[in-house]
Amino acid sequence: MTSCATDRSALPVVKGVAYFLAHVPGMVRHGSKPSREIEKDPSLLPQVVGHLWRFDQAVAYPPNQVFIGNLDPDDLLKKIPPPWFQYAVPHASRWGSFGEIMPEDEFYGIMKICDQFGLLSLEEGFAQGVADKLKTHPLITAEDLARVAKGIPLEQIKAKLANAETIPVYVQGTELVGCVERPQGGGAEDDPNLLPEFLIENLASRASGVMALRHLIKSTGRAEDIDYLLGCGEEAVGDRYNRGGGNMAKAIGELSGCVRATGSDVKAFCCAPVHALVLAASLVTSRIFGNVVVAAGGSFAKLGMKFQGHLRRNMPILEDVLAGAAIWIAPDDGQSPVIRLDSIGKHEISSGSSQQAIMEKLVVEPLDRLGLKLTQVDKYATEMHNPELTEPQGSGNVPRTNYRTIGSFAVLRNEIKREELDHFVEVHGMPGFSPTQGHIASAIPVLGHAVKKMRDGAMANTMFLAKGSLFLGRVTQLSDGISFLLEKNKGVKS
Amino acid sequence: MELKGKKVIILGERDGVQGPAIAACVTSAGAEPVLVQTQCFV
Repeated sequence: MTSCATDRSALPVVKGVAYFLAHVPGMVRHGSKPSREIEKDPSLLPQVVGHLWRFDQAVAYPPNQVFIGNLDPDDLLKKIPPPWFQYAVPHASRWGSFGEIMPEDEFYGIMKICDQFGLLSLEEGFAQGVADKLKTHPLITAEDLARVAKGIPLEQIKAKLANAETIPVYVQGTELVGCVERPQGGGAEDDPNLLPEFLIENLASRASGVMALRHLIKSTGRAEDIDYLLGCGEEAVGDRYNRGGGNMAKAIGELSGCVRATGSDVKAFCCAPVHALVLAASLVTSRIFGNVVVAAGGSFAKLGMKFQGHLRRNMPILEDVLAGAAIWIAPDDGQSPVIRLDSIGKHEISSGSSQQAIMEKLVVEPLDRLGLKLTQVDKYATEMHNPELTEPQGSGNVPRTNYRTIGSFAVLRNEIKREELDHFVEVHGMPGFSPTQGHIASAIPVLGHAVKKMRDGAMANTMFLAKGSLFLGRVTQLSDGISFLLEKNKGVKS
Repeated sequence: MELKGKKVIILGERDGVQGPAIAACVTSAGAEPVLVQTQCFV
């Protein structure tokens, strides 16, 4: 680490960040929670469909505008009082400085582009219409369009749906436009890991990851310069002999022009993206690879996860987007913010599972090592889940809880007075604005904003910390977590 | 509440107090955790 400080050309920097949202209300019914509840009580389906938003409403939703970079996170605190879903951002655009929000029909086209095994069938008129729409999309090629345009008659789709395993695909909540079916041959017919419910997850994850990566390449550099891709999503690609085998990273890169890249996936539940960023920075610093991209698509299973709370409050089902993210790590360019590899905080196997133990390892220890006070970090990026999505179902305001825990350490260390805790949270925290998309919500939605502000000279540093719930897999009771400090580039590239 | 000798079902929360942390507390108070779970609500 000492050598990094003296050899600036090897310092890892965040060269670019891109995000992608696909507004997919027609898929909400297939999310894990809605699908299970609708199966138990079919009368829920009309209620779910009746609480879905149109695309223009999703685009104008303030947290979505923050996600794609058209608003600042603090705008949700200072300019737009909650409930945010009752406020439509004037003249809101699907295009943002970090990426875009895509409507569901176009996204089904992207899924079709990603479908190399004939899993997704689209109705022929719908498919042609989507191809026509995507012709004007700046990131879609003629080769892509050729894959989208070939549909089949609606009668054939209905016939495929006679198989109970086949999953119907809808737009506008109820209009049937396609289906996803089990592959045939090679033993796939009876492989429980190749059920359509898993394959549609993987297709959606790949498609949202591809779009995030294409946006990153457009804004940051040439696809052929990328040496290595690190996937960090929560999907599990593989058949019965290799459940969770991956490599989604390479599958995403394949459709983004990354012809020189190889890659692999980092698996660590929600904190995989921050683990991946630390690994990417290490690969760059060691000069093993020059340009490393961390990428992930969205979490299909989490669509509509809190829908019951939203129905109870008669509010729209706001968990109606799939999210993707892509981050380019490169050697020091004298401008881009630096990932300080001497700042890594890690939750160790022996650390314990209390919040105090976790935060001590992720925040206090690294800052002590750097000789920094908690108040010398401009902003903390933690679990950035939008509280408007979680509070109706009783899951609380996750970012605020984390900020108050961090602030409590500042009180214990006499950096602030107890009565200044709320002020600490306001100054060093920010409102949650991310969709509840698991790994995507975990710290990294702040990265684009932090990079922009540091490049503009408006911010000195941000600490990114992420936590993972390893116990959900019933393998270990352990928690997990990792953190790093991002710092403004001092601009003295050698 | 006297916990000594009691059997305890523990439901922890990822961003609050996790199951094993509660289990350590009730064990030290003489109770026996019979189920320890931690939920993640996001």
